[in-house]
Amino acid sequence: MTFDVARIRADFPILDREVNGHPLVYLDSANTSQKPRQVLEAMRLHQERHNGNVSRSVHTLGTEATAAYEDARAKIAAFVGATSADEIVFTKNSTEAINLVAYVSAEFLSLGPGDEIVISEMEHHSNIVPWQLLCQRTGATLRWFAVTDDGRLDESTLTELINERTKFVSLVHMSNILGTINDVSRIVARTHEVGALILLDCSQSVPHLPISVADLGVDFIAFTGHKMLGPTGIGVLWGRGELLAAMPPFLGGGSMIETVTMAKTTFAPPPARFEAGTPPITEAIGLGAAVDYLSALGMQAVHEHEQEITAYALKTLANLPGVRVFGPGTPEGRGGTVSFDVDGVHPHDVGQILDDLGVEVRVGHHCARPVCARFGVAAMTRASFYLYTTTDEIDALARGIEQVRKVFA
Amino acid sequence: MIDQLYQEIILDHYKHPHGRGLREPFEGEAHHVNPTCGDEVTLRVATDGSTFSDISYDGMGCSISQASASVLHELVQGRSASEAFAIQEAFVALMQGRGQVEPDEEVLGDGVAFAGVARYPARVKCALLPWMAFKDAAARAGVGASPEVKA
Repeated sequence: MTFDVARIRADFPILDREVNGHPLVYLDSANTSQKPRQVLEAMRLHQERHNGNVSRSVHTLGTEATAAYEDARAKIAAFVGATSADEIVFTKNSTEAINLVAYVSAEFLSLGPGDEIVISEMEHHSNIVPWQLLCQRTGATLRWFAVTDDGRLDESTLTELINERTKFVSLVHMSNILGTINDVSRIVARTHEVGALILLDCSQSVPHLPISVADLGVDFIAFTGHKMLGPTGIGVLWGRGELLAAMPPFLGGGSMIETVTMAKTTFAPPPARFEAGTPPITEAIGLGAAVDYLSALGMQAVHEHEQEITAYALKTLANLPGVRVFGPGTPEGRGGTVSFDVDGVHPHDVGQILDDLGVEVRVGHHCARPVCARFGVAAMTRASFYLYTTTDEIDALARGIEQVRKVFA
Repeated sequence: MIDQLYQEIILDHYKHPHGRGLREPFEGEAHHVNPTCGDEVTLRVATDGSTFSDISYDGMGCSISQASASVLHELVQGRSASEAFAIQEAFVALMQGRGQVEPDEEVLGDGVAFAGVARYPARVKCALLPWMAFKDAAARAGVGASPEVKA
């Protein structure tokens, strides 16, 4: 089956709309993706016909809702190659998933002064700040990989950086700003060699690449629904079963308990242990529908389409005068997220003029300020692609950049 | 519509800023950052009695924030505290007016060019950045009781 972009686009109602009198050119999927009719329908159907609270009702609606919620969990488990649906913990987003692991690590890993946590300069703030907070609480030391000039992790310091004092490593799989896809095999091997654990922030990779947690060999991954055709408000933590089983709870409340007395509580096994309170049920079901949609197309096909678009975009941008691309200059080892600079024009102004032409890009520090600092800029303009992106849209971007240069000539 | 945002006056101030650069002596300094985009401005005020004898500044950011600093310098330098705060108030009111406030060129000079910015809620903060820094710097210099301004 060939990858039929026109047919895919027909599934996304929003792609029909105009922005400022121009057809919408949506190049901000790394920020949040658009949602196909199938996902919107699944959520509407659930709300209209099956709404009940999960895991506590004996009535029919509650039973249907519970079945749908757990069915979504199973789909997502299969999507990332987890051995059991019990290894999938629903959270609010990637940020909460990472915070969960960082928070419980203090007790779980008995962290204290002398222990080290390793991240990288390439991280989203959501994979920096929770570890800074953990280090402040425990006295552990935060260390990080640097980024090379061509936007890749500098692994030259690997054996020194990850050593016998290292207790946890948390890295981004695909950079939300440089587009770099990190081959983490050597880092994973070294992490386990020293007896530490590793989490991979897959917020930008699970939506775009075939992912198998078994192949990655990591201990945890985090990702979020709204970047992969699903709704906001639902994220996922995958963790190896034996680790989740040994971890203390994060938030306390309903659903995460076994027995509660006034004096003491015992906790449910995972994943319920980490899902206190009524979860985002409709959103989980929507994410399940998104996974169905992606699986039907095949993640390999999605990835190949994006590789073509990325190659076309990199070539197009390279031919524009005054435009500098940050990160890897060829599609190898990178995804469809391309940040760039237009000489002499601040990204805010680039984004504003592009928006006037219906071209939606993100501007700013992309919640990855250390990356901007690494490349000596305060902000970047970012175009990011997905399964619905066309080469015509890249051409619209290029025309928009020419207009930017005209206004600021 | 975009022409109303990027008026020639704004682009001129951006490309050829007036009074840019930090100067000595000064009585008050403030550094303000827009955390959502990373734009920043450092602004100093020097006073001569109750007059702002110098407004010096440096910063990095978009055309709107940087041109706004240039216009501020032009409007406020050499003014008395009460005049300066009246101008500040008028500029803030214009920015928060959602395009409904008719600017007074007598008071705002080149600042009237920012009327179009008020229609872009995401950019209002850019235009206000140097003005909020000015308010803080003036307070630190102990000049006048600055009026209450909603950021």
